[in-house]
Amino acid sequence: MTTAITVSGLEKHYGRTRALDGLDLSVRTGEVHGFLGPNGAGKTTTIRILLGLLRADAGTARLLDGDPWRDATSLHRRLAYVPGDVTLWPTLSGGEVIDLLGRLRGGIDPQRRAELLDRFDLDPRKRARTYSKGNRQKVGLVAALASDVELLVLDEPTSGLDPLMEETFRECIGEERRNGRTVLLSSHILAEVEALCDRVTIVRDGRTVESGTLAELRHLTRTSISAELSTAPTGLGELSGVHDLETDGTHVRCEVDTTALDGVLRHLSAAGVRNLTSQPPTLEELFLRHYEQDRSPSSGVRTGA
Amino acid sequence: MMTTLSGTGSLIRLILRRDRIRIPVWILAIAATVVSSVASFPGIYADADDRQARAALMNNPATVALSGPGHGLDNYTFGAMTANELGGFTAVAFALMSILLVVRHTRAEEESGRAELIRAAVVGRHAAMTATLTVGLGTNLLLGGILALGLVSSPAQLGLAGSLLFAASMTAVGVVFTGMAAVTAQLMEHSRAATGLAAALLGLAFALRAAGDIGTGTLSWLSPIGWAQATRAYVDGRWWPLLPALGLTVVLVITAYVLRTRRDEGAGLVRAGLGRAEASGWLAGPIALAFRLQRGVLIGWMVAFVLFGLFIGSMADQAAAFVAENEMARRYFSRLGGSAAATETLLATYMSLMAMVGTGYALQATLLLRSEEASGRLEPLLGGAPLSRLRWASSHLVATLAGSVLVLGGAGLGAGVVYAGTTGEVVDAAAVLAGALTHLPALWVLAGFAVTLFGLAPAAIGLVWAALAGVVFLGMFGPLLQLPEWVSDLSPFAHTPQLPGAEFTAGPIIVLVALATALVLAGLTGFRRRDVR
Repeated sequence: MTTAITVSGLEKHYGRTRALDGLDLSVRTGEVHGFLGPNGAGKTTTIRILLGLLRADAGTARLLDGDPWRDATSLHRRLAYVPGDVTLWPTLSGGEVIDLLGRLRGGIDPQRRAELLDRFDLDPRKRARTYSKGNRQKVGLVAALASDVELLVLDEPTSGLDPLMEETFRECIGEERRNGRTVLLSSHILAEVEALCDRVTIVRDGRTVESGTLAELRHLTRTSISAELSTAPTGLGELSGVHDLETDGTHVRCEVDTTALDGVLRHLSAAGVRNLTSQPPTLEELFLRHYEQDRSPSSGVRTGA
Repeated sequence: MMTTLSGTGSLIRLILRRDRIRIPVWILAIAATVVSSVASFPGIYADADDRQARAALMNNPATVALSGPGHGLDNYTFGAMTANELGGFTAVAFALMSILLVVRHTRAEEESGRAELIRAAVVGRHAAMTATLTVGLGTNLLLGGILALGLVSSPAQLGLAGSLLFAASMTAVGVVFTGMAAVTAQLMEHSRAATGLAAALLGLAFALRAAGDIGTGTLSWLSPIGWAQATRAYVDGRWWPLLPALGLTVVLVITAYVLRTRRDEGAGLVRAGLGRAEASGWLAGPIALAFRLQRGVLIGWMVAFVLFGLFIGSMADQAAAFVAENEMARRYFSRLGGSAAATETLLATYMSLMAMVGTGYALQATLLLRSEEASGRLEPLLGGAPLSRLRWASSHLVATLAGSVLVLGGAGLGAGVVYAGTTGEVVDAAAVLAGALTHLPALWVLAGFAVTLFGLAPAAIGLVWAALAGVVFLGMFGPLLQLPEWVSDLSPFAHTPQLPGAEFTAGPIIVLVALATALVLAGLTGFRRRDVR
């Protein structure tokens, strides 16, 4: 298994502020990797180090088998980047910016460019100053997607896009994956990550707190169970792995550690199950667990390459 | 009416908060420069004979065009010296401060989108402009008051009435250009264009009074700076020439409000159309992009400098006529070589001055490196494209290098062609053009300093404007203040041979080019090693 991005123990300080505090990240070649975390967690700093814009204070970072700082120029021939807030030259038209960025990378496929402009419904003649936030974002996306590269680095690329365009973006990323491209996608839109990503890394306070496939991460969390039983259950509260138990006569609601699911289900069926709904944890719940400040950022398995 | 003004008070406080360093620095810098210059007069010009000797030097077209009409030359008191030699440039400083202040708080705010956030609160349509004009007026009055106080209490012991009138006339120029910038900020969609247009009008005001003061004096009455000098402060002072300044300010402010009412938030009255759907073939690399981004600024500077060159070239002829008629000037210049020397000296003086002003273009262009970085537009170029830092930065420098040749060359060619037309000698055009281009290495030294700051201390890059202000000050007032040679020599322009007229020597040129190269290399090395931020 080859990796496109390997980051370990990355540190970056801005004066006294500690932006990155030993961050790890591993992106396999050909996968779409979700990069999640609350605002200020260090996602953008990591990406800027990977692009050679910032120099790391400690730790190692490898990108497409190169050093992101030293080999920046040659690496950039093989990647495209869309920042979360695309800033453009106000007097240039969107079309000019797309062509300029494409030519800097060594040329742009005019047919692909036209197709993307059409799919994203973007008027390339308008001056960048008159574009709305969403339209500026589209300029960045078209410029990146129209280029023939191995790796796409996307930092909250869909901020400001309407739902229709968001859908178009998902289709495009799906096609990129089928074409074997690697994508690092930093995003806050969980549905987007859930739909697109093979694996995710969650960071907080400059550190990696979870990394793995969605299935692996789900394994670490609780499934919520709601059951209607024939008889009132007994001893359910004493089982390990059962949380937030509510019983109302024969009706039971509880959260169960995924590892303890088997024992709990045996216990329930002993009481006679009439009706049962179980809900796997949503990414939202996974996420919120890590976003909440008072929780300790431990309990992570690192399933790197 | 009142509802369109609601929130003005809070916005005034916001402006004062944001400019709490900037406004005091402007006020102190201008007042301290003028007052300390005046304070050194008694030491340099101890008695009346020294002053009259200085007055005799002031009576030639080159200095008249640069400073002022020369009221009180027959009894050249410290006061007359102050008004005549410092007045014109003090007025320009007041005007520049006002233009930058007004555009910064009106058009620049709208352009950045911050004004939208403010306008969505309980803030009237005219609140931002009213707050800006109030602060602009207040700043000018405060500066005027401090200036008058400083002049009265300086060792030159200038009279109270004269100092009040002098300070008031300078304030009047500042206030007129406060109004002028309020209008240009309505017309132009871009803050840079609004500043540029107002600065061009300031240049026009200076040129009109220069032409008027050399000629019959009529043209000076079309210029706010001319009005200020027509007050004859410290000579036989009169206040009425400030009335047209007051009148023009009222007209400008009313115009600005009317225009503001008629346009949309964020829009200018000069509207840009649709752009190209595809980039033209040449917009393919970083050098092309650098030229494209500088295009407007470069064209503006070139047009202005060609016009200035034409004006100076035509003035050279008048200067020759003046020397031929004026006994004292003829005696002065006969030592240097007659009326031909007079015109050559004038042309050389002006080429030197234009090179210093033209450095403003080179700095603007070089500072684009920093504004591209700070705005985030550099990120997709360096982060997402195979473009090295060195190649990106040197592309901007190549564009700046070429632009500086075009700007100074435009001035030299404009002046040279007109001058050659009057003398009938084609070679004279080449001589004047060469005179302009010899100043390029000195200009590059300052641009190189900007690159050094960009690479090593990007947050402090604004210092380079202070360096330019210092260089202009040394060039303009070094002789008046008889500064020690090592101080005057700090300016790179002090080492450039003054062509046409003087002997050309390659030595200083080579040293200046080497120094500029070293400064650029230091900056580029620093930029390669630091974070993009």
